[in-house]
Amino acid sequence: MSMSRDKFVFVIPCSGIGKSLGSVGRKAAYTVVEKLRPQNTRITCLALLTVGDEETLKKVREHSCITIDGCPSKCSQKNVEASNGRLVRGLMVTDILRNHRDLKPQGIIKLNPEGCELANLIAEEAAKIVDEIVEGEN
Amino acid sequence: MAITWQKVGIVSCSGEEIPEGTISRIATRLVLEELRPDQTVTICLPLFLAGGEGERTFAQLFPTITVDGCEKRCAEIGTKKYSGKPFATIVVKDSLKKCPQLKLRSRAEISADELEFAQKVAEKIVEKVDEALGREKGTIRSEKDE
Repeated sequence: MSMSRDKFVFVIPCSGIGKSLGSVGRKAAYTVVEKLRPQNTRITCLALLTVGDEETLKKVREHSCITIDGCPSKCSQKNVEASNGRLVRGLMVTDILRNHRDLKPQGIIKLNPEGCELANLIAEEAAKIVDEIVEGEN
Repeated sequence: MAITWQKVGIVSCSGEEIPEGTISRIATRLVLEELRPDQTVTICLPLFLAGGEGERTFAQLFPTITVDGCEKRCAEIGTKKYSGKPFATIVVKDSLKKCPQLKLRSRAEISADELEFAQKVAEKIVEKVDEALGREKGTIRSEKDE
């Protein structure tokens, strides 16, 4: 199942440079876009939204978006909302961590195995949402 | 009266879309974790727009160095917009021109060559950090070794 060529779901992680939780969100987003649903998803730079880049604003307004935030600051979700983007779902790493307390992420440059596993769980969750969006749009 | 800064803020672009963004991020972390852990802090760029008053105030009071992956210079533009002119600006794509043999490929996991390049970018950041703090040039080394 795939979407038409110009229809993609954007998966946008927070930049989360100060915490392992941010690295988990970023890794999860790459897993969805590069491995799980490469045909139906794209990633874009959150920083481009923060500076109001026209091309990026157009992308998030015309396509469904899933945000993945590391922490309750919800930078990604807030930036997509502030840009009037089509936010379908905002995932938060800390919510999923709450149900998998054994998967405590550590490391920012390089995540520990628990962090990688947590990222995979979040990626699977995001992939399910992508499937729902694709089904709805077809 | 001379002003002596004790901390420098490093603002990296998030750069999810391109490998240069991953290099910016890793170079920034190398400075924070290994090269100048006591003199640097990082500022989360999207927090500027999400209402991170602490981030904005810090960047208004302390020198900042922006590290951008590409010529769109989001970190530099964001810092100027919300806090003030950065002390120094670095663009990874410019540094890459000096390493024509290196082709950046990965956004998620970087190779040994890419890590080596990130270390070079980190050293460039350190030069600017030391300049901002008034240190002598040519003293780049890991503070873990001291």
